[in-house]
Amino acid sequence: MNEGIGIRLSGRGGQGIILAGILLAEAALRDGLNVVQTQVYGPESRGGASKAEVIVSRGPISYPKVVRPDVLLVMSQAAVDRYAGTLKEEGLLVVDTTYVHSVPAVKGRVVERPISGVARDRLGREIVASTVAAGLLVGLTGVVGVESLRDAVKARVPGGTLDLNLKALEAGFELAETSGRSGS
Amino acid sequence: MTRKAFWQGNEAVLEGAVAAGARFYAGYPITPSSEIAELASRRLPALGGVFIQMEDEIASMAALVGASLAGAKAFTATSGPGFSLMQENIGLAIMVEAPCVVINVMRSGPSTGLATKPAQADVMQARWGTHGDHPAVALVPASVSECFSLTVAAFNLAERLRMPVFVLSDEIIGHMRERVEVPPEGSLEIWERPRPSGDPSEYRPYRPGPDGVPPLAEFGGPYVFHATSSMHDERGVSANDAGTAAALIARLGAKVLRNWELLPPPEIVDTASLLGSGHDRPGKGAKPAGGVLLVAFGSSARSARQVLVDHPERFVTLFRPRTLWPFPEAELSALVEDHESVVVAEMNTGQLVLEAERVVAGRRPVRAALRSDGEIITPEEIWEVVCGRRDARAGRTGESWSGTGGSGR
Repeated sequence: MNEGIGIRLSGRGGQGIILAGILLAEAALRDGLNVVQTQVYGPESRGGASKAEVIVSRGPISYPKVVRPDVLLVMSQAAVDRYAGTLKEEGLLVVDTTYVHSVPAVKGRVVERPISGVARDRLGREIVASTVAAGLLVGLTGVVGVESLRDAVKARVPGGTLDLNLKALEAGFELAETSGRSGS
Repeated sequence: MTRKAFWQGNEAVLEGAVAAGARFYAGYPITPSSEIAELASRRLPALGGVFIQMEDEIASMAALVGASLAGAKAFTATSGPGFSLMQENIGLAIMVEAPCVVINVMRSGPSTGLATKPAQADVMQARWGTHGDHPAVALVPASVSECFSLTVAAFNLAERLRMPVFVLSDEIIGHMRERVEVPPEGSLEIWERPRPSGDPSEYRPYRPGPDGVPPLAEFGGPYVFHATSSMHDERGVSANDAGTAAALIARLGAKVLRNWELLPPPEIVDTASLLGSGHDRPGKGAKPAGGVLLVAFGSSARSARQVLVDHPERFVTLFRPRTLWPFPEAELSALVEDHESVVVAEMNTGQLVLEAERVVAGRRPVRAALRSDGEIITPEEIWEVVCGRRDARAGRTGESWSGTGGSGR
């Protein structure tokens, strides 16, 4: 397997899953790491299953897909049902409890947070849920630098929603600090 | 200064085309190539170029031929269904020797197949998709970086050889994002088509230069010429005598073969070269027993390369063509006898393996790792075949067809 860290982000089309993957990847590049980012999506752009993967490594990356993720984000019930079993032992499963109500037993650590709910209720726009998720993942794992992720958001996100996305990022970092339901 | 970019494969193709001097795009968007059309529609007009969304791929290819003969570096991007429609006018481009580039971001077929999923099943279509005897040049990137560099090479070869050149990528390579070191503007080697000089009344549009390629004038200039899809003589005038036909067919093929050294060479890596010279492989220097020569291109080559990383204990050499057509037969042939068997990995039901078998010519057993369900072939699947535990084509009696009827059974 690749020696790097494999991250899989999954949910439904329209949740910003692929954008979150790109943000993590661009942050990793800013940290001087090698990155491959891939995605899978259905013929429909919204509502269908959506998956983005990021491999971050100090060395070259051959196989571009993640087989057993070190970090797995699930933002829909269908996503957790489909991918929970692929989590690496000792891996990290991050669950958006706004949409996921039942988490199967996994061998890794589970962190449950209302990601989409925070975006909708605290920030007023659910569309930034994936930016909250990116902040949460980085807060939990430190896979890329916090500043690098901020810079990636500034470089990638359209100007009109930049402030909102930066707030979403901070909300994600805060979610990583809170002690919500978490266990293994 | 070298610039670092983080691009999708399709973006890198477009940037490579622009860097090579392409200023004319005609196409019909299709998944998974659409980003190329989308970006071309923004970039080319801003550079004084032309973007046309055509009514279909037949017309797109016709527009490329016209633009090319009028002097433009012209290209289009498509996927399998569109590549099928283009075949008739690809033949026209070959016959009138119009330089142009066709990007085929391969997806699962036949027909519309799985629109958003990868395949490598257009290997033979790229070679023989249009009718008649003809040469084919197809380049196959295995990274986003190569989407840039091999697109530049495709334009260079198209111009230098006066013919359509294909870039075969696939949904995985086209949509994945990687870092690209973009060479500084002006540092790239860019080739232009040979152009005529001297008295326009003496111009013979199909009289070959020393490398077999005739100089090409531009429509609308002082060099007046005629281009026809029918068999023609040096003046471009239709001629149906046997001698003219034989000479033209021979020259069209020979202009590629005699310029072989211009084609991007294969990458050849073994475990030692991949993991660094410090890696201690048993029998390094000598050729260890049990060696496997692994042949793969494009996204399958990424999986194949992972096999070398995961299994440093096994002597495996990866032979990765960058030029798929004409197939680098001499380079492959030279490696065959240093290995005990040959394995071909590809995402189709067995196309390139036929070419490998032709080159191996019975000197070693040839096995295949194949996948054609719209999913990327995995390193594990290839490893099973490398170890000899599986061969996708063993006992080809149809049992695999009846045995994997899907979950609906």
